[in-house]
Amino acid sequence: MTTLAETTKRYARPDARALVALLLVLAVVAAPFWAGRAELRLFSEFLSFLALAVLWNLLAGYAGLLSVGQQAFVGLGGYALFVLCAHAGLSPYLAIPLAIVAAGALAAVFAPLLFRLDGAYFAVGTWVAAETVLLVFAMIPALGGGAGMSLPAASVKAIAAGKELRESIIFWLVTGLSLATLLGAYGLLRSRAGLALMAVRDNRLAAASLGIDIWRTRFVTYVIVAAMSGGLGAVIFLQKLRISPSAAFSLNDWTVMVIFAVVIGGIGRLEGAVIGAILYFLLREMMADLGAIYLIVLGSLAILVMLFSRKGLWGLVETRFGWSLMPTERKP
Amino acid sequence: MASLLDPILQGLLLGGLYTMFAIGLSLIFGVMRLVNIAHGDFIVLAAYMAHAVLVATGWHPLATLLIVVPVMAGLGYALQRVVLARTLGDDILPPLLVTFGVAVIIQNGLLSAFTSNALRLPSRELETASLALGSLNIGVLPLLTLAVAVALIFGLETLFARTAIGRAFRATSDDPETATAIGVKTPHLFALATALCFATIAIAGVFLAMRSNFDPFAGPARLLFGFEAVIIGGLGSFWGTLAGGLILGVAQSLGAQISPQFQVLAGHIVFFLILAIRPRGLFPKTA
Repeated sequence: MTTLAETTKRYARPDARALVALLLVLAVVAAPFWAGRAELRLFSEFLSFLALAVLWNLLAGYAGLLSVGQQAFVGLGGYALFVLCAHAGLSPYLAIPLAIVAAGALAAVFAPLLFRLDGAYFAVGTWVAAETVLLVFAMIPALGGGAGMSLPAASVKAIAAGKELRESIIFWLVTGLSLATLLGAYGLLRSRAGLALMAVRDNRLAAASLGIDIWRTRFVTYVIVAAMSGGLGAVIFLQKLRISPSAAFSLNDWTVMVIFAVVIGGIGRLEGAVIGAILYFLLREMMADLGAIYLIVLGSLAILVMLFSRKGLWGLVETRFGWSLMPTERKP
Repeated sequence: MASLLDPILQGLLLGGLYTMFAIGLSLIFGVMRLVNIAHGDFIVLAAYMAHAVLVATGWHPLATLLIVVPVMAGLGYALQRVVLARTLGDDILPPLLVTFGVAVIIQNGLLSAFTSNALRLPSRELETASLALGSLNIGVLPLLTLAVAVALIFGLETLFARTAIGRAFRATSDDPETATAIGVKTPHLFALATALCFATIAIAGVFLAMRSNFDPFAGPARLLFGFEAVIIGGLGSFWGTLAGGLILGVAQSLGAQISPQFQVLAGHIVFFLILAIRPRGLFPKTA
């Protein structure tokens, strides 16, 4: 029998969490009024990284699509913004949603081909796809070829005339899109579609026999994740004001680090991505000047987690204490 | 037409090197359904090893194979027994991520130890020697590379088709549980397959080092070329892998005729074309 107190506790806890989350969001949104420029940079970098981590987690941890080619969509989103602003004269406000559409469209073209590759070969296939997009962009002289291009001054001014206001707006765009991604992923996983995703992940055969269209579920997830990655790429490079093929399609920045963070934090769990992203940034701030050693440490950590604690750090916490901050699992 | 003959020929020779990159991938995927993301990085590691042996002993580059092949094979055996064996199972994520971590560790380890400067194995007279074939020139080293690649394919095909260990490999590949039940020692067998794969990696590394410059981050591109050759040729067939390597080499060589930037891109495009037209590759194992 569940006592009234227990029931109240069960329902009260999510509310308290929601309140804390709301306060955090408000603090972040108000950041331009209380934080310095360096902190704003770090904040937006952290949130966009976290959003990419959650997206990759959705793809690999839930849909079973182990992509190592997400840089294709981050880079395409970035380039779409620059091309639309510089060559079509659009305002960045209009170019961002179009960048999202462009990245989604690219994913819809690649998906039917890549889905023919199974499991690990799908992973390497996505990598080839990303390299292909990189090579294409590096070949276009109008986009500065391998050297890249800057956002034209007119487009920069179109965001806002004053420098300070502009930087705040760009910060809000990055954090807003990142938070929307986080909330969207949480909502998706708690919805019917999320249930279907988890069913596909846990048992393909059983899911199919229940009438879930596996190919469609995966296709839709792949396209949505790519579209959001493209949007994030657009705002990330809007903040940088400069883009080049090697930065836009960086395997390291947009995929390897993201994967390590998710794996170390705990794959297949939303909290895992959050913990992993926090840990990644802490490590980065502490060891950034160590360069190669730092990457070796991250790689070793990821290997150790995969060998000895597959659910990552959050998995350890969960089994030890039974905590769950963002419950997406359904318990009978 | 005559102007295309030379790039096609050079492409076939280049394809020999790509076949070498691909053989190991084809082998361990065939036996244990594993994709080693660090495959290319191990090729580069072998190249550095060959360079170190050459500097220490002053031997001919080809003679470094005497040391690099057994050392790499031993490394492969140990890697499978100690690390990769723990990752095998229904979930494909652990082996993929562990080898991903290994790739990053090798790249940055080489960077710390040898800086990012490009190296090359000076292959002495081999580097410039060529045979005249009518109006065409065939480099001796590329020809040797292709010949060794074909010999490796032939050797593995024979090993799989006609020897006891080859039968054990095939049995484990088809059904690991039944194979274990009839007395195949799976962990040892998997480690042997990995050792064999790493022997081909060592050979590929030495030939890569003789033919072109290499640096700590040259690995991923080698992995992708090898992977494309395997998929173009069709999974589970060594001769298919050879065909895939040759096709990739010719595609890249023809692409380079259009513009040097187009070389690698042309290979990727052919890869996607094959995937669109024949999803299972040109010569898939008939199962």
